[in-house]
Amino acid sequence: MKKLLFLFSLVFFSLNSFTEKKLTIVSFGGAYGDAQKKHMVDPYVKKTNTRIVFESYSGGIAEIKAQVYSGNVLWDVVDIETVDLERACSEGLLEVFPFNQLPNGEDGVAANDDFFPDALSNECAVGNMYWTILYAYNEKTLINNSADKYKPSTIADFFDEKKYPGKRALRKRPQVNLEWALLADGVPVADVYTVLSTDEGQKRAFNKLDSIKNSLIWFDSWSQAPQLLNDGGAIMVQSANGRIYSAIKKDSKPFVMVWDGHVYDLDGWAIVKGSKNKESAIDFINFSTGTIPLSGMQDVAYGPTRKSASSYLSDAVKNQLPSSHLKVGLKASSDFWSDYGESLGEKFNEWLLK
Amino acid sequence: MPSVILNSEEILRSKKAIRRKKQIMFLFAAPLLVFIVVSFIIPIASMLYRSVYHPVVAELLPDTIVVLNSWDETNDTLPDDEVVAVFSRELHLLAHERKSGSVAEEINRIVPGSASLIKSTARNFKKVTLEQLPISHAELVEVNIKWSDKKIWRAIKASGIVFTDNFYLTALDLKRNASGDVQTRDTQVYVKLYIKSLKLALYITLLSIVIGYPLAYYLVTIPTRTANILMICVLLPFWTSLLVRTTSWIALLQTNGVINSMLQYIHIINEPIEMLYTQFATIISMIHILLPFMVLPLYSVMKNIDPSYMRAALSLGAKPLPAFMRIYMPMTMSGLAAGSLLVFIISIGYYITPALVGGTDGQMISNIIAFHMQSSNNWELAAALGSLLLLIILIMYAIYDRIVGVSNIKLG
Repeated sequence: MKKLLFLFSLVFFSLNSFTEKKLTIVSFGGAYGDAQKKHMVDPYVKKTNTRIVFESYSGGIAEIKAQVYSGNVLWDVVDIETVDLERACSEGLLEVFPFNQLPNGEDGVAANDDFFPDALSNECAVGNMYWTILYAYNEKTLINNSADKYKPSTIADFFDEKKYPGKRALRKRPQVNLEWALLADGVPVADVYTVLSTDEGQKRAFNKLDSIKNSLIWFDSWSQAPQLLNDGGAIMVQSANGRIYSAIKKDSKPFVMVWDGHVYDLDGWAIVKGSKNKESAIDFINFSTGTIPLSGMQDVAYGPTRKSASSYLSDAVKNQLPSSHLKVGLKASSDFWSDYGESLGEKFNEWLLK
Repeated sequence: MPSVILNSEEILRSKKAIRRKKQIMFLFAAPLLVFIVVSFIIPIASMLYRSVYHPVVAELLPDTIVVLNSWDETNDTLPDDEVVAVFSRELHLLAHERKSGSVAEEINRIVPGSASLIKSTARNFKKVTLEQLPISHAELVEVNIKWSDKKIWRAIKASGIVFTDNFYLTALDLKRNASGDVQTRDTQVYVKLYIKSLKLALYITLLSIVIGYPLAYYLVTIPTRTANILMICVLLPFWTSLLVRTTSWIALLQTNGVINSMLQYIHIINEPIEMLYTQFATIISMIHILLPFMVLPLYSVMKNIDPSYMRAALSLGAKPLPAFMRIYMPMTMSGLAAGSLLVFIISIGYYITPALVGGTDGQMISNIIAFHMQSSNNWELAAALGSLLLLIILIMYAIYDRIVGVSNIKLG
């Protein structure tokens, strides 16, 4: 019995010493999570022997808030969308990140000049990729009623039921949908958020959505988008570009992405306030936002946030990155959505119920 | 016969024994009790408390709230310059502690669009010294013109109230106007959602009865062996994960799904029917999930009904239908009551299934509670909405008790 106890304690203590350096990293899973694991997490584990728990969540700041408020911080590093980052940082839910420790680019350029300004614009996070929301159609199921057999190429086409009859799928939330409604209604890209902050502008956006309400399908998770396009549930879907890209590339689906009016945004790595492993969290972020790990995000067609990474991108993928289509795109405004996210969320639900 | 009278020592001993027994019984129940208190009563109580107790702004801007209290907001003037001085000092401090975002979010709830105003002002203050902070409206308006809006000062004052019924008002689509009267809000959403959720739960309960009652009746009339096999079929949904069941309905119902392809193949229809993302899809998949809750109590009650009652009624000359309605049916009421209650209460709080298969119609009150918990971070409103839902269920339960009698409910 004593011997057994001794053995147990031996195992226990040795396990304990292994787990000493441990880091919990939380991101969005799916193909994106796989790419991060391959290019950021695994190389870091190899280099430093840190034990990493890599989990996924579905965004939002509720879990971070709950952990910080209860004083039981389980997550160290989170991949956070800028919309949420703005709020989380200004509410003191995240640590301020020491930008001065970020390593130089692979070409020797100082981090401050190497990163795009957007990537370091918030004091709590380091941008780790550009992604975008666009719409895609299925070449096989698309029906074109108009005399000229143009393929859909603009946001207005998405709202044109006569030309392209059939269901369209959007994510069930006001974000991006209201921006698109205004763009399709003729509002110039630069004015979208100004118009949308007025009552008339909001009405205008909902009216435009109303014009195709009967052909709209709503989904709750990005993974449903390529699915709907594939099985004919919808002829056009709103999607994160990476998911359509991997459906085309990996599964050879007849999908086509339409870049007009795409709404792009950044994700960033941030450290949860009160993390018990702050030092290794900083170390991980410094490592994973290096030129080489960042360029690995091209696996899922998400753009790097460092200029130096562009020389590591394959030519085939360059044209599929949000950064190659900035001219026709709109940068998602985190300020706008932290101002109007809740009130438009209510109005959106009211409109759905009509 | 000599009466048995215990002496005092014996009484004491027996009392002790009873107490001991009680203690042991309590120990047996203790783990469950602790579990219920920790996982059920405490969270619900804290949720109820959160829906009325709201100290954020009062804690972060204590002095501003105090000086604002002397301002009469029904009057058409801005608060005194003193308020500006106090407010600037406190916001300056919050900016340094990185807490201005919490205040901004609270005020933004009352005046949408003011979050960026407060945050940008806080960023501005962070860069200057205490002496350079604005001390009058004229100076504050220079930082941002929007500060001349009385609405924002009114909002700051209103959000400083620690115990508030505002979240309940919002949950009922009501609000308080500037002079303190209750009126309807511009956005009407929550009451509609409550009604919609109740309606849907009612449909599902009624349809479950229509499907479940004959099924349970059939199960008790056939030989036990066959009944057992069929029972497994009824229970099968229980053993499958909820998400698997829901997604298999998607596969069945979608535009080019199993049902549509089959109907087209045998030329019953030419064009696929839209079934997925409709209320029909929600109802059918929820009935599939909840049917066992109806069948099981019904089955166990019917199993114990002596078939000779029906035979007696028939042999005494009753027609089959009246015999069934007046003899058999009343005896199954307890099972029916239990099944209906279970199905109704479970379906009113459901949200994954409606969200996945219901499309536009799939928006339930529970979805909006989740929205306020997860994305808008308005936990107070989520708590108020949840408490109201709980209250509605309790009221329904009370009505139900009046009509059916809870003591009549039999789960098996």
